[in-house]
Amino acid sequence: MSKKHKTPLLDELKKGKWPSFVREIERAAETSEMTDDLLGQVEQSYEEKVVHWKHGGMVGVKGYGSGIVGRFSDSPEKYPGIKEFHTVRINQPSGFFYTSDILRKIVDIGEKHASSLFNFHGSTGDIQLLGAKTADLETIFQEYTKLGFDLGGSGSALRTPSCCVGMARCEFANYDAMHACNSITQAFQDEMHRPIFNYKFKFKFSACGNDCTASIARADLSVIGTWKDDIRIDPEMVKDYAKKFDLHKYVIDKCPTKCMSYSAEEGLKIENSNCSRCMHCINTMPKALRPGTKGGATILIGSKAPMVSGPRLSMVLVPFYDIEEDAKNNYKWFKDLIEKIWEFWDEYGVSRERIGELIQRVGVGNFIESIGLEPLPEMVASPRGNPFVLYEEYAEAGEGQD
Amino acid sequence: MTDETKAKLEEAIVNLIKEYTNKKRFKPGDVVKEMESKFSASGVTKDDVKAAIRDLTDSGRLIYGYAGGSFLALPE
Repeated sequence: MSKKHKTPLLDELKKGKWPSFVREIERAAETSEMTDDLLGQVEQSYEEKVVHWKHGGMVGVKGYGSGIVGRFSDSPEKYPGIKEFHTVRINQPSGFFYTSDILRKIVDIGEKHASSLFNFHGSTGDIQLLGAKTADLETIFQEYTKLGFDLGGSGSALRTPSCCVGMARCEFANYDAMHACNSITQAFQDEMHRPIFNYKFKFKFSACGNDCTASIARADLSVIGTWKDDIRIDPEMVKDYAKKFDLHKYVIDKCPTKCMSYSAEEGLKIENSNCSRCMHCINTMPKALRPGTKGGATILIGSKAPMVSGPRLSMVLVPFYDIEEDAKNNYKWFKDLIEKIWEFWDEYGVSRERIGELIQRVGVGNFIESIGLEPLPEMVASPRGNPFVLYEEYAEAGEGQD
Repeated sequence: MTDETKAKLEEAIVNLIKEYTNKKRFKPGDVVKEMESKFSASGVTKDDVKAAIRDLTDSGRLIYGYAGGSFLALPE
């Protein structure tokens, strides 16, 4: 293949045994002048350590304020193929399940109308088609709509909710994350397609504490599966694991709350009231241990990536949410809670302020009171962390001081 | 909300965006607050203003733009 642009720095990224995005872009460049120019501009960025994209602007499809991320080259005369190189965000199916037939159709549209490069999936969860031109956006949108797909979120809107594979494939799932994610996505279409917020807002649903969507670090509102009762133990399988590896070294000593003990005579004992549901023991001995049967979720709030004012992790908002019960009411309780949170954010938030930053600014107590939740000692930033609640009656009485 | 109030509300939103073109970028949330207070005597609610914005963007009289945050603008 003869390349229009020399790319010595990018070529370095093709070395080694791992997949390379450079190699994939080069494959696409065999049939696309646009993608060839993309290589040239990326190489220039690597040389100069300067980004050559401008983003934003007035690109979109009629009626939607979200779903298209406008992207333009700042050197269109040098790289005419990527003068316009917009990203189209397509709402992924819950749990990322596709048939091979639908995947081919998704890709066919991308090859026909854009650079044929995709992100499967972007960090929010959407399918991202790269390199669309403004004139083709309506056609791309119509063609994906015919396939049954809709655009995802972008801008100051609800971003596309995403979830783990949940009960579809995972034995650890404590609730049906795919069902919850789909229901919330359908319920808040207006908030996703028509930006009305101060800034972005993300939901992520993980069905257990392994948090495969990394919601605790990436979602404004995380719904993470947990359970109320005891970890289920199969004593025979525990013995089996004990023959394979040192249980103390790999399980007991690694328990963050030290709530486990094991001896050949007494078997495995767990002090469940002291367990923080970290999942480590269950992950290490999946055939011997299972989450309890009284599943639900913990709702956390406020995490975000470093943009604007630094990264944050979520704090616990609702320690145990009986999500399966609420599912019978089409998640009414959860949707009402969301509406209250958005109302508060709308009233007191400033431009480009995420909900977590607002809570930090006004104080957790004021926030909790405004959305009508009772303060609880379990509302903590991390397991065993101090609660924000000050029990004045104890402070005044001086209890616990000696 | 009557049809007449709805028409007035939509006109007021378009005029607001027109008046501030190249001066200020109005976020949809700002428009909602502005119109809610302007039309409070007519009983216009937040949801009514949101619906009016939806109608205006669906019909193409207004479009969304993005520059660090989403804003409403007149079609170019």
